[in-house]
Amino acid sequence: MPTITIREALNQAIREELARDERVFLMGEEVAAYDGAYKVTKGLLNEFGPKRVIDTPITELGFAGLGVGAAMVGLRPIVEFMTFNFSVLATDQIINSAAKMLYMSGGQFKIPIVFRGPGGSAFQVSSQHSQALESWYAYFPGLKVVMPSTPADAKGLLKSSIRDDDPVIFIEQERMYGNKGEVPDDPDFTIPLGVADVKREGTDVTIVARSLMVPIALKAADKLQEQGVSCEVIDPRTIRPLDIETIIQSVKKTNRVVLAEESHPLCGVNAEISAEIMERAFDYLDAPVKRISGADVPMPYAKNLENLAIPDVERVVAAVREVAYLD
Amino acid sequence: MASKVIMPKLSPTMEEGQIARWLKKEGDKVSMGEPLAEIDTDKATMEMQALSNGVLRKILINEGESAPLGQLIAVIGEPNEDISSLLSEAPAKAPEPPAEPEPTQAATSQAAVPDANGHARQTPTSNQSGRMIVSPLAARMAAEAGLDLRTLQGSGPGGRIIKRDIEAALTETKQVAKFPRAVERLPFQPSVVASASPYRDEPASEIRRTIARRLVTSIGPVPHFFLTTEIEMDRAVEMRRGINALDPDLKISINDIIIKVVANALIQHPAVNASFQDKFVRHYEHADIGVAVAIEDGLITPVVRSADLKSLSQIAGEVRELADRARSRRLKPEEYTGATFSVSNLGMFGIDEFTAVINPPEGGILAIGAVTPKPVVRENEIVIRQIMRVTMSCDHRVIDGATGAKFLQTVKKILENPLYLVV
Repeated sequence: MPTITIREALNQAIREELARDERVFLMGEEVAAYDGAYKVTKGLLNEFGPKRVIDTPITELGFAGLGVGAAMVGLRPIVEFMTFNFSVLATDQIINSAAKMLYMSGGQFKIPIVFRGPGGSAFQVSSQHSQALESWYAYFPGLKVVMPSTPADAKGLLKSSIRDDDPVIFIEQERMYGNKGEVPDDPDFTIPLGVADVKREGTDVTIVARSLMVPIALKAADKLQEQGVSCEVIDPRTIRPLDIETIIQSVKKTNRVVLAEESHPLCGVNAEISAEIMERAFDYLDAPVKRISGADVPMPYAKNLENLAIPDVERVVAAVREVAYLD
Repeated sequence: MASKVIMPKLSPTMEEGQIARWLKKEGDKVSMGEPLAEIDTDKATMEMQALSNGVLRKILINEGESAPLGQLIAVIGEPNEDISSLLSEAPAKAPEPPAEPEPTQAATSQAAVPDANGHARQTPTSNQSGRMIVSPLAARMAAEAGLDLRTLQGSGPGGRIIKRDIEAALTETKQVAKFPRAVERLPFQPSVVASASPYRDEPASEIRRTIARRLVTSIGPVPHFFLTTEIEMDRAVEMRRGINALDPDLKISINDIIIKVVANALIQHPAVNASFQDKFVRHYEHADIGVAVAIEDGLITPVVRSADLKSLSQIAGEVRELADRARSRRLKPEEYTGATFSVSNLGMFGIDEFTAVINPPEGGILAIGAVTPKPVVRENEIVIRQIMRVTMSCDHRVIDGATGAKFLQTVKKILENPLYLVV
């Protein structure tokens, strides 16, 4: 299998789906002539032409609405937000139109649209450009929310998202575009939505991590292995629908859980996972569920403060040791 | 933040404690779970652990002094923290034992600043209330294994009982006793348990409750009645001599044999291995025998758990070891509580016969007199036999005259023919 970056894996997924189905098209700010602000859409304009790869004005609400309308009449748009921070301008179209159209039309209008782009923290882009918004979108019935952490997952999940008949929020991580990994080049390679992946098997503590936290959890698990603690790392990959069963099975085996996320703690995805674990596996818990989240502050610009605001390997190690009663 | 150290409840009946020894000095660093002091309770000298991290700032009760449950005895805090508000409470009245203690953290500015998780600050909670803290998993494991959580010491924060504590208790249970059996264990015998006997509660019948109510009116909360019988001990004495001749280290006493026989008889008479609990009668699966041991200032009854499952050599070893530690006041509370029946022996003091007082909620106690040669009539002839008189005190709320008498008959039958122990 070739080893490529997440950026290249996403590019492959879009290219393959554009080639496979002529109803698929891509639009967003700078996606065409400039090859995408993060070069995810590199070369696609040349290959598929201006009818399939479309530069939009800086009008998130407008082009999100255009996408919903296109989906209603049978196209399968991929809408890129330059970053998900800008998606907040389009939330009326996403939440009130895309998420609810199937329901409110009595099943007449499917909305097969993908809203994608980078989210979460980047490198010193400060408060307004460093937000992890997955819990916002996961809140709404009618949306699916996907967050890959490896190149293979990025490709397989994006292809499934484009083929899905429901609106999908596909959040990439801005710091992770350059991360490399092996990716199957089979054009039929997909990963189903709603299925968690056990990134590492272990017996003592379950770490549930998504997106940026997955490589951090895996590094922590390596360190903890040296300290005699065996960690199981689970990446849900899809936040809605959430594969809680895989998490519960793991908790029943290890009896201890650490949940890591870069988003804020209050009403975060981990709060939900924690509640599910309490409801479904209470009698299997040997320690309180431990959450690690991003700091409950707007992301600081200063490098040192930014580092402190994002969970790191040391915090995951300390949390695991705490729930394993080692300190 | 500074926290109070209060006199903890270290035994089920403790009302006040005396500081035997401070293990830390003022100014010493302490961390949660570290031994802080040794405290003399009414039963034993127990270690008290610190429940917070910091520096032992102030000792308020000196060695040799006593304090009632819940009274402030020391303060743990940061080295330069102002603890005057806590100290000002020192002479204040101690809260009643069942009351929840004050929050352990000193008042701080209660401004509406959320904490690191985005919550308004919550009131700190305390583990010093004496409430048992146990992880859900540990609770379930204990229930499945029939382990009594009260017999366990938690190793988690604030004394939380966690999975590894249950696993340790179960391993201990499986390691068949510290004292080897004189004879190889029979394959069909169940493993010996170190924990309190599992039980089954049955609702007390109306007649049971009426009997209980009427008798209590007449005689006090535990209506005793007494059954006395004479037991010919020749064969038991001979058996003991024979066993000890096999191996002098075994040191089996007559009392050990009585414990074993009583335990076996209790299993044959489950109605006696029971306790009255107001609305229901609790029937125990195993016979946990309390053995009265005289100590300086009083007596204490260490418990031989599941004596029905143990061999004589195991019982002898355990009784010896428990009695030694009882005399040096080193028993843990779980080692002297929760018996299902007791045995009290004053034979060594030359007492022929006496009545013993039941240790509630046990259903009965057997008072053992001295074994003495006496002339008795056997087949119309006067012969000399080793005679022992025993008197059983029964809690009439749960044991009736005939029930107790049948039980005592079994005890007598086995002691007079100890071969029953092996058939």
